[in-house]
Amino acid sequence: MTEPLSFQRMILTLHDYWSDRGCLILQPYDMEMGAGTFHTATTLKALGPESWNAAFVQPCRRPTDGRYGENPNRLQHYYQYQVILKPSPADLQDLYLGSLAAIGIDFTQHDIRFVEDDWESPTLGAWGLGWEVWCDGMEVTQFTYFQQMGGFDCKPVAGELTYGLERLAMYIQNVDSVYDLKFNDAGVSYGDVFLENEKQMSTWNFEVADTESLFDLFKKATAECERCIDAKLPIPAYEQAIKASHTFNLLQARGVISVAERQAYMGRVRDLAKGSCQAWIDKKTPEWEANFPGWVL
Amino acid sequence: MTDFLLELRSEEIPARMQERARADLEKLFVAELGKAGLKADAITTYATPRRLALIAKGLPQATEAVSEELKGPPQGAPDQAVEGFCRKAGLTRDQLEVREVKGRATYFAVIDTPGRETAAVIAEAIPAVIRAFPWPKSMRWGDASTSTESLRWVRPLHGIVALFGDDVVDFEFAGIRSGATTLGHRFHHPGEITIGSAADYVEKLRACHVIVDGAERRGIIALGAKMAANQANLSLVEDDGLLFENAGLTEWPVPLLGRFDEAFLDVPPEVIQLTARVNQKYFVCEQDGKLTNAFVCVANIDAADGGDRIVAGNEKVLAARLSDARFFYETDLKTKLEDLTPRLEKIVFHEKLGTVADKVDRVAKLARWLVEEGIVVDSSSRSREGLGEGVSAATAASPASPPPTPPAGGRGELADMAERAARLAKADLVTGMVGEFPELQGLMGGYYAAAQGEDPRVAEAIRDHYKPVGQGDDVPTAPVTVAVSLADKLDTVAAFFAAKEPPTGSKDPFAVRRAAFGVLAITMANALRIAVTEPLDRAWLAARSTMFVWSNEISRVEADWATAIAKQGGGVFDFIEAFLARSGIQGADAENWQKDTLNNYELFQSEVLNFFADRLKVQQREAGVRHDLIDAVFALGGEDDLVRLLARVKALQAFVGSQDGANLLAGYKRAANILKKEGWGDTASDRHDEGSNKKTLSYTPEPAEDALIRALDAAEPKAAAAIEDEDFEGAMAALASLRAPIDAFFDTVTVNDTDADKRAARLDLLARMRDAVHRVADFSKIEG
Repeated sequence: MTEPLSFQRMILTLHDYWSDRGCLILQPYDMEMGAGTFHTATTLKALGPESWNAAFVQPCRRPTDGRYGENPNRLQHYYQYQVILKPSPADLQDLYLGSLAAIGIDFTQHDIRFVEDDWESPTLGAWGLGWEVWCDGMEVTQFTYFQQMGGFDCKPVAGELTYGLERLAMYIQNVDSVYDLKFNDAGVSYGDVFLENEKQMSTWNFEVADTESLFDLFKKATAECERCIDAKLPIPAYEQAIKASHTFNLLQARGVISVAERQAYMGRVRDLAKGSCQAWIDKKTPEWEANFPGWVL
Repeated sequence: MTDFLLELRSEEIPARMQERARADLEKLFVAELGKAGLKADAITTYATPRRLALIAKGLPQATEAVSEELKGPPQGAPDQAVEGFCRKAGLTRDQLEVREVKGRATYFAVIDTPGRETAAVIAEAIPAVIRAFPWPKSMRWGDASTSTESLRWVRPLHGIVALFGDDVVDFEFAGIRSGATTLGHRFHHPGEITIGSAADYVEKLRACHVIVDGAERRGIIALGAKMAANQANLSLVEDDGLLFENAGLTEWPVPLLGRFDEAFLDVPPEVIQLTARVNQKYFVCEQDGKLTNAFVCVANIDAADGGDRIVAGNEKVLAARLSDARFFYETDLKTKLEDLTPRLEKIVFHEKLGTVADKVDRVAKLARWLVEEGIVVDSSSRSREGLGEGVSAATAASPASPPPTPPAGGRGELADMAERAARLAKADLVTGMVGEFPELQGLMGGYYAAAQGEDPRVAEAIRDHYKPVGQGDDVPTAPVTVAVSLADKLDTVAAFFAAKEPPTGSKDPFAVRRAAFGVLAITMANALRIAVTEPLDRAWLAARSTMFVWSNEISRVEADWATAIAKQGGGVFDFIEAFLARSGIQGADAENWQKDTLNNYELFQSEVLNFFADRLKVQQREAGVRHDLIDAVFALGGEDDLVRLLARVKALQAFVGSQDGANLLAGYKRAANILKKEGWGDTASDRHDEGSNKKTLSYTPEPAEDALIRALDAAEPKAAAAIEDEDFEGAMAALASLRAPIDAFFDTVTVNDTDADKRAARLDLLARMRDAVHRVADFSKIEG
């Protein structure tokens, strides 16, 4: 049996695989976000008629999931591998399975299942149908056909694959703790790279982060987002929405948002994200309609 | 005759939708073919994760030619009428025939529909079926989804097999051309396979590792899982829901046994089972009746290594899940339930009815009251068997005579425990475990209470106070549990009436009906002697009090004080007075509040018993108790002791089922009809002085008349005494003695005698008979 792929080799293999299948290999978005779906290459590009195929790694931040490096399965910072294919190709399931084979999963020995899991992001006004893909009972990928984004129909529909990289690697390498993952083939572990980060960031997220500044930041990002929408600059507006969303997550981790307030904050972020999508659509629709005769929103 | 095969192959259909989809496929197919006059001898449908299939047996090659004749307007009718007829018939005027009908020249349309090839009908029917398919959720996909008009299906649809006999029914729909090829198992047989006809479909797919019949897959899983457990000397915990779910996730199911670390067995078994079931769809196993550290997962593949890697992978996933669950459990154990209760003040129960903490306070007080009033008593003073074990709600208890008064000392302790349990009962809502698995509410509270050293009776009450959650669920019988559960449910019923949100039609968002059902089930199962309006009134007062506090009209302390006074006084007027005296509101506001409160109270009073009567009918339907008899007893009014009421209904049912009862009912109906027709007042005493029934007649009664008078003289006191003793059989028996005299009376006596005195006396006699019967039940409500 061949040696299982290291964490970085697995990423490189996925890059090669999807690059060979016509995807742009993009780099992570340089802002804190809760999921790869927030990347503009997914949200904004899922709208409109033009074809779009891209793959990228996105670091994800979920402050409330931090465990000070003490839980082998939970991290406040981890990686998703995201593939977006628009329109969704007819053989998307086969393409996806091909990528699993490429990183070393043998379908004669393992049990792959497509288990119903519809995806919805109230924050992004988005939803889609699909599955969580199970490998021997473990969810390794979220597989979604986007139906709406920012409250607008996806025309055409995009297929989105989100691989949980750490989980997949733990599975392939057969280790019980994320920190024991081989990062490379030269003896560096995931823990060597990130354990200290998890400890410090958990402490900051839960105990230290200055809530006054965070409330202020939330307010400012909100205001800036609205200014950008008014200025018909959807991309900067959307970035401010992402910033507000992450700031809200930090405030949650600090435990300073009451149950009653929570809904209001989430509604606020949703409005910003939707407003940004709306601005994007307003800006791009003339171009889309000109380039794709007959296409209507 | 020819068989037809349809297969619609798609990406994975959610397991929960497959059974319904089979039914829908059959229904739509039958309807579409029916439009063309086609009907199959038999239809079979199949569903797997990747395909929906249908086999229709015994279809003709072609539909029969049909000739239909329509009669139109007479010749010479206005053009408008003739044109309308042409439109309806789909013909032009010159295609109409003219025939003589009763001497008038009349237009006729003769519509000849030639027979059509069945295959052609099917080629049109299948696209219509696909287009109309009622998936609970559907989606667009691929290139076509540039338009929102594109086909919607549950997941992308890839292939259509349509074979009529050996021939492909050729059509193209949504970019898919029908054919004879399909795919086998995704991994065992990834290539294309060609189907010959409906006859070889099932077997060809089986050869390619697809078992198309869901029932067969369920059978394989049920048996395989059981055997896997047995081989390890364990027994499987069977679970139909899991059976369907796993059959819906596999085309080639292979059950495999896995293990987890025994150390996890410290976590409550329900938590382990739920984690395995909900998150991983695993069955769990028992040894000697106790949950053990094994599970059965169902793979969709015959793995090359016999499944060792698959089992290892699943074991790892479950271990991670269980360590999460253990983390919640251990963290929760660190906090006492009473230290969690302040957090209930942050959870809104209902916008008008305050927080969960408010509800807890109302329930705690009511639970205590139920004990202090002797409604819920300690089991030691009762002679019931099987206390502590659930009694099925469907087999609600038989009536019992009132329990003896319990010793006063026990009552105080019981009241304290009931209040304690009620105050802690909802605390688990804010624990990590219930946050993760809401369905564990109550159960976790019970565990945590036991762990922090609460009295076992208190822990049990916390665990079971949501019960019964539906027909067939266990009904609490342990006294502390009964007090808390009953108080919780009475509060829910009264509170939502108070908040003007009683259930309406099919809408019952706050499960008020379920709460009322629970009240009935607990009352019956424990033969509780309770005038249900009394605690309901108290609960209503408490709920209105919360509402008053919640709308910021009065402070909580003042409100509690006023409520206490009102409850002592016992009436809504005292309540209003006490509240208005202690709140700051005055003038028009006070008047409005008073009016609203009074209106609500009147409505509550007039509706809540009917509401319970309706619930009782539903609850007793399964037990075979007739709803009209419940109405007949309820119609007497004033009966709010549900146990007594039901005993009466049951005695009535036995009676009207007997020959005596049926005849008496017939006699009663005849009497009632005559009285109604003659406009003879509602009761005899409306028309006469007290005792008039026994006044001396001005004439010599006929023998049958005299016999009826004497029978009534004898039966009335007997029936009255029996009712007093709650001996309803005895009351019915007393009535039964009227049967022969009333029959004889109607046979030989003329009521409407020409002599006005005789007529009046005989009508009075019938009214007396009716009233005697009404003392037992309102026979006019009885059907048949």
